[in-house]
Amino acid sequence: MNTILEKEFLSPQVFRMKVEAPEIAKKRKAGQFIILRVNESGERIPLTIADADPAAGWIELVVQAVGATTKALSEKKAGDSIIDMAGPLGRPTHIEKHGTVVMVGGGIGIAPAHPIAQAMKAAGNTVISILGGRSKELVIMEDKMRAASDEVIITTDDGSYGTKGLVTDAIQKLIDGGRKIDMVIAIGPPVMMKFVSLLTKKYNIPTQVSLNTIMIDGTGMCGGCRVTVGNESKFVCVDGPEFDGHLVNFDEMIQRLGMYRDLEKESLDHACKIGLDR
Amino acid sequence: MENTKLTNKERLAIPPQKMPEQEPSERIHNVNEVPLGFTEEMAVAEAERCLQCKNAPCVKGCPVEVNIPVFIQFIAERKFREAVDAIKVTNVLPAVCGRVCPQEEQCQKPCTVGKSLKSVDRAVQIGKLERFVADWEMAQNTAVTPEIKTETGKKIAIIGCGPAGITVAADCRREGHTVTIFEALHKPGGVLAYGIPEFRLPKKIVGREVDNLVRMGVELRANMVIGKIYTIDELMENGYDAVFVGTGAGLPVFLNIPGENLNGVYSANEYLTRANLMQAYSFPNTATPIARSKNVAVFGGGNVAMDAARTALRLGAKNVYLVYRRSRDEMPARKEEIHHAEEEGVQMNYLQNPVRFIGDDKGWVSGVECLLMELGEPDDSGRRRPVPVKGSEFVIPVDTCIVAIGNASNPLIPHTSPDIKVTRWGNIIADEETLKTSKKGVFAGGDIVLGAATVILAMGQGRRAARAINEYLATGQW
Ligand SMILES: Cc1cc2nc3c(=O)[nH]c(=O)nc-3n(C[C@H](O)[C@H](O)[C@H](O)COP(=O)(O)OP(=O)(O)OC[C@H]3O[C@@H](n4cnc5c(N)ncnc54)[C@H](O)[C@@H]3O)c2cc1C
Ligand SMILES: Cc1cc2nc3c(=O)[nH]c(=O)nc-3n(C[C@H](O)[C@H](O)[C@H](O)COP(=O)(O)OP(=O)(O)OC[C@H]3O[C@@H](n4cnc5c(N)ncnc54)[C@H](O)[C@@H]3O)c2cc1C
Ligand code: SF4
Ligand code: SF4
Ligand code: FES
Repeated sequence: MNTILEKEFLSPQVFRMKVEAPEIAKKRKAGQFIILRVNESGERIPLTIADADPAAGWIELVVQAVGATTKALSEKKAGDSIIDMAGPLGRPTHIEKHGTVVMVGGGIGIAPAHPIAQAMKAAGNTVISILGGRSKELVIMEDKMRAASDEVIITTDDGSYGTKGLVTDAIQKLIDGGRKIDMVIAIGPPVMMKFVSLLTKKYNIPTQVSLNTIMIDGTGMCGGCRVTVGNESKFVCVDGPEFDGHLVNFDEMIQRLGMYRDLEKESLDHACKIGLDR
Repeated sequence: MENTKLTNKERLAIPPQKMPEQEPSERIHNVNEVPLGFTEEMAVAEAERCLQCKNAPCVKGCPVEVNIPVFIQFIAERKFREAVDAIKVTNVLPAVCGRVCPQEEQCQKPCTVGKSLKSVDRAVQIGKLERFVADWEMAQNTAVTPEIKTETGKKIAIIGCGPAGITVAADCRREGHTVTIFEALHKPGGVLAYGIPEFRLPKKIVGREVDNLVRMGVELRANMVIGKIYTIDELMENGYDAVFVGTGAGLPVFLNIPGENLNGVYSANEYLTRANLMQAYSFPNTATPIARSKNVAVFGGGNVAMDAARTALRLGAKNVYLVYRRSRDEMPARKEEIHHAEEEGVQMNYLQNPVRFIGDDKGWVSGVECLLMELGEPDDSGRRRPVPVKGSEFVIPVDTCIVAIGNASNPLIPHTSPDIKVTRWGNIIADEETLKTSKKGVFAGGDIVLGAATVILAMGQGRRAARAINEYLATGQW
């Protein structure tokens, strides 16, 4: 049992929670995730460890309520507990001094980008963060990202905050402005990661993406999380979650993410109808 | 003793008792167990078929050498308590083994009765008798917690709560050692929990065995992925004196043919994990979804393939095709399971091999192209090698495919403990008798050593490993 210590909404759909998990807090590194189950009949879902305090024994999760499980989690309060939590899973981000690193965080992807930005800065990189969202309230954790970056650029699709446009426009502008970029790390919706990768490929800028496929066990046992990288099938939970963005077959990944779309909707409707705590 | 009154000839004349089963038409609509168990009368009658052979060839056929004539004699005398105890001397999970052992390849194969009646199908049904007494014990609620010796203060970490780990835990705890099992998933049992379906092995049986361990004082820590949360070195630094690795063969093998990542193409591990561990058969009352299929193709011919095919039927599929590249005789699955699958309407496509998956415009699998095969010369395994028939391509229309061609070993532990030597295929190398690995204080057994094998072989190795661990902890000698 992992007790929820704090919970707060960052936007109507996005919340963060600190959860007691002393062993995971000690062990985790930037880029890793956990898998949790909210209750006995619940699904196992992966969530990135956004922050952790090894001394105090908590980890922080930043979650967007999109379906049955994340909604059930959003209804939990401080003092409640989460029945199952396994981690840290996945390979940590490889941190080294590249020079100038551009961190691209889209929507909820800003949360996992944060610990990586911190670590990249600590390793001596100049960190430029580009935060994107559909509108103002979807740009989360701006203060934390400012503290972890040398420069922050904000874009919104509707222009309600920062520059109107997409994160790729901001990258293009940096390139056009003659900024030398040594590394791009993009985390966010698959479509965003796809277009960032297509853009940086044109300029040969090494690009890492963090993939969020559907998972079950998270230990490499089921193969449900597989994606094609280069010409190989890789398991995101054990080989990733980070991969070379120029090699990932995003179209296939996006297709696989939609595999249960109808059933997920049914699950959510069912949970609402019978008041299931899911 | 009424048993001794019968002559061998009379015993051979007793027909094999037929265990009642759920009707196929009924059982494909539920997940309950298929064979319903012997009544006492049936069990006693079946036990009377045993000739009590002096040389007991059956015992040599059993990987853990269960004392078969002795426990069967007790059944014939209606001394069921004694019968269970006799089995448990060598087999701690009779309710499981009685159900899932490939008996026709093991204990029942050399049985004198089967030999005399010229068919292994007519051998004494040792497994079903084993199941009967184990179930009898459960019904009596008289399972006694084994005695634990004085606490030694020595600590053992067991990685993986499958049959191998469970066996080691029980045997080492009895010796008075402090035992902790670290299990990656949220539920204990290994393949018994996530792989083998409820209709073949009710989960409450596994649950009971694990409860027994906990009652003995074994600590069970779920959600602990060793290699990630702690490496083996870290466990040893944290005070564990010995480590047993029983992590199984959890790495799905794919066909590596075009289209395998289309939606609707599953590994058997994923399909069965969703269905069993996550109880997708109760969706949407449980939250984990699984494809709602009409036409399903399963590739493979082992127990895993049978389980996947029969699960697909229970989840509502109209047509389930089992595509196997050799013929029925070469199928590695248990005979009983092949028979059950056929009865339930699984369509057997022998001598066929998939070459590519075909997708629709939404990225879902819509067909699988196969080739006909014919059997050629025998290969290394002695089975005739299937060779493709040129130009025989045809397409099976499907909406779901399940790849059940085997499991390799999961590299998580070897990667994070490079001083544990592995074979070319990634299996941990362990001494056959002591199950010692190349790393001091670390033992390994079960599928991680044997490759995808059987429950009873995993338990047999667990047994021997526990003996060696107990000895190592007593003497300190590696
Ligand atoms: C390694 C990893 C780290 C992740 N970290 C975070 C995180 O820190 N915060 C967070 O909010 N989410 C994160 N995700 C995504 C999160 O796991 C999914 O949002 C969650 O599984 C959805 O479950 P659900 O039952 O609420 O919704 P579902 O009912 O399963 O899905 C609802 C909708 O979300 C889409 N969806 C489902 N799974 C995903 C997914 N993996 N990614 C994107 N869309 C999905 C579905 O297509 C559907 O339209 C991560 C995923 C991975 C693989
Ligand atoms: C679908 C299916 C049907 C089968 N049918 C039969 C049958 O009818 N008869 C028969 O005899 N055999 C059958 N088998 C084979 C049998 O189940 C296995 O041989 C047996 O379970 C192996 O036992 P084990 O203890 O070695 O490993 P497993 O049962 O695989 O258990 C290993 C456990 O270790 C855990 N683990 C893995 N890595 C880690 C880690 N890093 N940290 C912590 N925990 C970890 C896993 O989650 C798992 O719970 C079947 C197998 C399958 C998949
Ligand atoms: S071989 Fe058959 S008949 Fe002989 S003792 Fe064993 S079970 Fe009985
Ligand atoms: S453990 Fe398996 S092989 Fe041994 S006697 Fe029992 S059923 Fe037969
Ligand atoms: S989630 Fe099962 S292999 Fe990655």
